[in-house]
Amino acid sequence: MVDQSAVGLSFTPVTARVEPGRLRYFLNTLGEQNPVYRDANAARAAGFCGMPVPPTYLFCLEMMDVDDPFEMFSALGINLARVLHGEQSFVYHAPVLVGDTLTFRPHVTSVTDKKGGAMTLIGIRCEVTNQDGVHVADTERTIVVRNEVAS
Amino acid sequence: MTASGDIKAGDRIVHKVFPPIPRHILALYCGASGDHNPIHVDIDFAKAAGFPDVFAHGMLVMACLGQAVTDAVPPTRLRAFATRFVAITQLGATLTCEGTVAKLFEHNGERRAKLALTTKDERGEIKLDGSAVIAL
Repeated sequence: MVDQSAVGLSFTPVTARVEPGRLRYFLNTLGEQNPVYRDANAARAAGFCGMPVPPTYLFCLEMMDVDDPFEMFSALGINLARVLHGEQSFVYHAPVLVGDTLTFRPHVTSVTDKKGGAMTLIGIRCEVTNQDGVHVADTERTIVVRNEVAS
Repeated sequence: MTASGDIKAGDRIVHKVFPPIPRHILALYCGASGDHNPIHVDIDFAKAAGFPDVFAHGMLVMACLGQAVTDAVPPTRLRAFATRFVAITQLGATLTCEGTVAKLFEHNGERRAKLALTTKDERGEIKLDGSAVIAL
């Protein structure tokens, strides 16, 4: 089981480029037709300097370019089959645009046992900066681990 | 563009219904998101983990909610977006995303609204319970 010693642990920073083809695949998968994400002119008309990414795409970028997307789970000894996503939040400070190169720096902020140890909630916070060093966003997620209770 | 300066608490400004989620979308979303957890595409893996079948990525459902939000609010005005994943979203679920204005406030001189967001399936079961902060 994950314990308090995990709090403060940080993981390998992830560098991810916002590639137009991959973004289009994401938009197509979700049936996203909003022209602001697909048409440079519509994006400019909406006040962006380039084409922006949808609100949850930061989460994807963090996973797509990493060598081991489940590094965190293996580092903490968590079985992937026992993991659920509990909460996710994004705070946006500046636009993220196609062509940007982002750096994600995740670390563990909290470990909380629930239901008498049947579940452990792990809080992970991630600061996101772009190629110019601009702090563009903060993401936070809560991972729920369904612990294997000894019988 | 719904989110203008004349909105008030209680207004429903986000509403979007999505088509049923087929297995195919879950497979595509693995590649689209980089989240390759087999629990969303491999029925054998899902069953071994104690689930009757594969189920949707929470982030796929949150992406639908995000789409519903930015259909109503230009993305330049989105300041924050958060959800709690309340229940697993099954295959075939027809999702309805809604958002109402919970409160109006000011932050560093910017007029903002906090939206209360939900995503429900066709039986009315809440899948995501969330919020967004938008600039007015």
